[in-house]
Order: sequence, then C-alpha cells, then structure tokens
Amino acid sequence: MGASMAAQDSLGNTFAALADPTRRAILARLRQGEAPVTVLAEPFDISLPAISRHLKVLERAGLIARSRDAKWRPCRLDAAPIQEVAQWADGYRQFWEARFAKLDDLLVELQGEENKRDDDQ
Amino acid sequence: MTTNSPRLILSLPSDREIVISRVFNAPRQLVWDAWTRPDYVKRWFGAVGWTVPVCEIDLRPGGTYRYVMRSAEGQEVIMRGVYREVVPPQRLVSTEVFEGFSEVGYRPEDDTVSTAVLTERDGKTTWTGTILYPSKEIRDGALATPMEEGMNGSFDRLDAVLATMA
Repeated sequence: MGASMAAQDSLGNTFAALADPTRRAILARLRQGEAPVTVLAEPFDISLPAISRHLKVLERAGLIARSRDAKWRPCRLDAAPIQEVAQWADGYRQFWEARFAKLDDLLVELQGEENKRDDDQ
Repeated sequence: MTTNSPRLILSLPSDREIVISRVFNAPRQLVWDAWTRPDYVKRWFGAVGWTVPVCEIDLRPGGTYRYVMRSAEGQEVIMRGVYREVVPPQRLVSTEVFEGFSEVGYRPEDDTVSTAVLTERDGKTTWTGTILYPSKEIRDGALATPMEEGMNGSFDRLDAVLATMA
C-alpha cells in the first residue's frame, strides 16, 4: 500500500510537470540531446530565471537531470517517469492481457483433451 | 517491462465505449464454451491473484449470470447481469453491473451493455468485446480501475516466469 501511494505521488508530480506547454517543449528539445539553459531558453520569449524555474519543476519530477560538474550544467532528459505514465495508462490493457493469458492456457488444455478423446475413439 | 501481446487491440471508438479485440488459437466453439460454461470461466476469468469461487450462468435471452471474484486478501467483487442476445457460438449481448460500484444511484437505463462477437478463420478465433457505458465518466472510471491489478499482475507473471527458470 505504501509503495503504491508513493507511486501515485510520483505520477502526480510527473503529470503536474507535464501540464505546462513550455515544459513539454523543453522536454521535446532535450530528446535531441543534452543542452545548457541558455540554449533551452532560445525559442521562448521569457526570461532566463523563468526558464530556470521551469527546469527546477522538471528536475523535481525526475524528468531531467543536470550535471553538477560541467561549467554550463547541461540538462538531459530522464525518460523513467514518462515510462511510468505510459505504464499507468496501460493498466487496463495489462489487466486483460493477464486474463487472456490464462484463457490461452485453458484453450490449449481443452484442445489437448479433445484430441485425446478423438484418439481414443 | 513490456508485456504487450500484439494480438490484443484496445480502442476507444467513442466517449462511452471500450473495445477489446483478441485472437485465440482455438476454434470458435471452444472459445465460446470457455466464456459461457461456469466450470471453464472459473479457471481463467479471475485474472492474476483472483479466483472465481462462484459462477452462475443461465445462458438464454432474459437469463441472468453472477460471478464472484475474490482476491488473495479476501476482497470480493461481484459482477452480474442479464443476457439480451445469445447466439452460440458467435454473439453474446448482456448487461453488466458490478455490485457495490455501479449500483449507487442505479437506474435501468444506465445499464452497461457488453457485446461479444466471435469470428473464426483458419482455426483461430477473433473475439471482439464492446462495452458501452452509460456515460464517459463511468467509462473512464472503468478504464482506471484495474490499474493496480494490471501492474501487480505483470509482476506476478514475471515471478512465475522466473520460477520456471530456477
């Protein structure tokens, strides 16, 4: 239960971070590779501090990581939380997949029984 | 982490529907039996971590069905409904109510209607289930509900696979 609540909380952070179009655009840019703040700010008509605030939200959500050592502290994408969102959205499918996997097993067994009966006749 | 079978297709053709389509490597009559005979339903319908201790099926138009699904922790979910169309082995239309969930403020016109169509080709059967909900909100709720089981289920299956490798 505790783990599940924690998972939901991190999903909440991910959704909140993804709710903003500027942050989504930043993530889209980072798919091409890591970049420093100045480069990430270029397409937007907002101040560098505003971009930095967006980056902090993305960093807290675990969607980006920033190098501590390099002079320009480039940002890079971390896809793990997005995978978690995809998995969440895929829950209904997985539920049926699991059910149908058991049905597959039953059908194999029933066909085996039918073949055996045919052989016996 | 990916466990998606390419054979299952999930689609949302309208705001109130969920459609699932799946190919089974068995003739249609057998797939029909697996869906409509209580002794068979009990063996697979519970998904992972759930059993079906009670399954009552009166397979005729106007007949009722009632499934009791029980988790390992003893939690019970009861699904029941009335058959509207029974055309073996190709078409089954029924209403669907989950006791304790959809009965709050229940009205007959709010029935969730499930339509299953089975077609056979080259010894394989395509089963297509369309579930029509009374509203988008209820449909979306149904989509979100099995999340936990789905996730736990995938881990259970991983455990099962690992056990066979040991």
